[in-house]
Order: sequence, then structure tokens, then C-alpha cells
Amino acid sequence: MTVTDDFRRSELVAGLVSSINRHAGKQARFMEFCGGHTVAILKNGIRQLLPPALTLTSGPGCPVCVTDNADLDKAIALTKLPNLILTSFGDMLRVPGSSSSLQEARAAGSDIRIVYSPLDALELARSNPRKSVIFLAVGFETTAPGVAASVLQAKQEGLKNYYILSLHKLCPPITKVLLDSGEINLQGLICPGHVSAIIGSNSWRFIARDYSIPCVVSGFEPLDILQCVDMLTQQVAKGEAKVEIAYRRGVTPQGNQTAKKVMEQVFQPAAASWRGVGEVADSGLALKEEFKDFDAELNFDFDPGPTRTHKGCICGDILRGVKTPQECRLFRKVCTPVSPVGPCMVSSEGSCAAYYQYGGENA
Amino acid sequence: MCLAIPVQITSIHGTEADVRVGSIVKKASLWLTPQAKVGDYVLLHTGYAIAIFDETEAEETLSLFREMAEKMEEQ
Ligand code: SF4
Repeated sequence: MTVTDDFRRSELVAGLVSSINRHAGKQARFMEFCGGHTVAILKNGIRQLLPPALTLTSGPGCPVCVTDNADLDKAIALTKLPNLILTSFGDMLRVPGSSSSLQEARAAGSDIRIVYSPLDALELARSNPRKSVIFLAVGFETTAPGVAASVLQAKQEGLKNYYILSLHKLCPPITKVLLDSGEINLQGLICPGHVSAIIGSNSWRFIARDYSIPCVVSGFEPLDILQCVDMLTQQVAKGEAKVEIAYRRGVTPQGNQTAKKVMEQVFQPAAASWRGVGEVADSGLALKEEFKDFDAELNFDFDPGPTRTHKGCICGDILRGVKTPQECRLFRKVCTPVSPVGPCMVSSEGSCAAYYQYGGENA
Repeated sequence: MCLAIPVQITSIHGTEADVRVGSIVKKASLWLTPQAKVGDYVLLHTGYAIAIFDETEAEETLSLFREMAEKMEEQ
């Protein structure tokens, strides 16, 4: 398949690497926003192909990882209510909340089902008319339009037992917060490919403009990432800061207009809590007034209890790009994919899990 | 979780399409990409086709990579 397989061709790697080497000058740090990129970089050994002057840092782009304990506790508390099915993507089940996980709640008798799509949750609502079906809506702009479409579909069909718990998060606002914090010093941003397929590369223009940081949207195949790093390196060498796309077959400057429209029809920006960062204004999505009947938070009475953090887990620092998994005392010793202490070790796109599996430097 | 896979549309029924990944056939909702046609490669994420791949762009990018590889060999 041209759109994927050809972007793994090993005979084309050397040309890109040689261009990167030619343009790399003084030390530069690029952040890959997206956890999917972290996995692809480690799995394909991309770091070993780059000159020592270039450093790649993982960012906050794992929706499972950035979900706050307090929000996860809400989902767990909801499952204790009678006549209710909570549906979730599989990655969320093992994430430890303040005092338990969805998996533990399920073992204790809660009806929790793993779904692959909000459409599966809709189907469950249709086939279980006497039960309330809640979809745990975790995800970035990639996922939110599909969830919005499921709400529109439920409304159209007059389904009265379908709800969502919207924990959606938006990528450009959190990037701004990370840059404003001054904690990280970046010379380039590897922008998320599938988020940008929806929002368009233009959504990153304010970063290039206001922070003078080159931004390049990347795909997920090895050649995509190398092209992205090459474009960033060339911008740094020329002293430029603009938005470019290294994933032109999938991403346009404007993004997917239909998806954006559906998302805007159903959701409005709202404050959201990010693990390791706290509450950030307009960095999440809440259902609009006319869709309030679908909002799990407004339609059920539940008590999530007190929020507790996991002692010793530095997921928050890792998500902000200020620490690496190896700097966590628990990494590999206490915290492993089999018994994860924090979400970054649970999620398939979590930095700790990726470093564990593919061995980041010295891991 | 933003994992999305390229699949090819084999048939369309209303807002739903049959798509193929290798030898596996799946369903994809076309709510977010109503302009998609049979034969198109689309990006499948959580049951929805969220973008249509531009094969011309893919070819152009690949020929750029081929040029870069050739240039390197000449040096
Ligand atoms: S290794 Fe485990 S405990 Fe340490 S930061 Fe990662 S998830 Fe948290």
C-alpha cells in the first residue's frame, strides 16, 4: 500500500539521514507531542540514526496518560450505580485511579465493557433499552469528532439511554501552557499527525509565530518522522520558524472541515484537568446546552470520593517533557507493564511503557 | 489512542463503508468523510474514517525521498 508500506522502505532512509546530518548544527531539542510518535521513534530506532546534536523529548500526547485521577475516579464512581453499563477504550481499564481502577471495579461486579468505537457503545444502548449506557470519552481532537457524531446519531434516533463522560482534551492549548511555563526549551515541535488530520496544520501557526519555534506535522512511519526531523533541522539551520507538513498525504492546512463542524456542533471548549499540569481553561470539550441530556456528569448522582496521587510516580513531569522515565525511581523496579503504578506505564502510547518495551537510551 | 490505520474502501452503503486492511474486512462510518469514494484509502480511527489519503501527494513525497537517496549516492 503506497500510503503506508512505501514509507517504511529502508533504502530511502540514508538519503534523509544524510540531509539531517548536513543541516544539523548546534544542539537542538525537538519535542514529539504525540505518544504514538514516541512509540514509533523508539520502535524504529530513530534516535540512533540522528546526530548527537539532536535530542528528541516526549510530550503530553497520550490521552490516557493525561487523564487526571479525579476524572478517572468519576468514571469509577459511575460504575457503582445500578442498571448502568460503562463502556471504555481498553487502554483505560488498568489505569490506577485514586483508590482503584476500572478493572478492579469490574472484578467487583460493575458492568464495564471494552469497546473499540463509540458506535459500539451506541449499539449497546439500542440493545439494552432498560439500562443507561455511558461512553467514557477520552481522547484528543482525533477522537472527539467521532464521539460528537455518535451523540448526533443518538439524538436523531431519539435514544434516551446513551450518555458520554467527556474527558476530551485539546492539543494546541496544552502546548501553549507547556511553552509558557518556561520549563522546557525547544527548538522544534513534531506536531501530532492524526490530531492535525482533523484540526489542520494551520492550528499550529501561533506556535511558530508567537514562540519562534519551527512546527512540522509528522506521520507515523519511519520515513515520515525522518522527513519531519529533516524539515525541522533545516528550519533551525536557516533561523526560520514556520509550519510545515511532513505528512502531506494525510494532512492539509485546513484539516477535515466536516469533522470540525460536527465537533463544534456538539461540543464547546471548556476547562479540563491535565495530569501533571492541573486545570487549563478551554483545553477540553463539554457538551453544548442542547445536548445536555447526553451528559453523564449532569444526569447522574455519584460521589468520586477524595483524590489521591500515586507516591513516587513522576508521570506528570514526564508528560510535561521535563523528565524521562529512567529518572523515575520506580521505573522497571516497582512499576512494570504487569503491575503499573501510573498511567504512563499502562497506555500503549505511554512514555514509560514505550521505554520499557523498546528500551530508550540506557533504559 | 490516536492510533489510526490506513484502510481501503471496497463498498459504500449509505454512511457506512466496508473497508479492507490486508485480508481483513471491517466497517467504517463515513460521517466525517462523506466525500470518500470506493477505492479511496482512508484513515480509520475508532470506527470512523477521519481523513482521505491523497495518493498523488504520497507519490510526490516518495519521489522526493528517491531523489534524496540518489543525490547521496552520487556524492
Ligand atoms: S515508571 Fe511508573 S511510576 Fe514511574 S513515572 Fe512511569 S508510570 Fe509513573
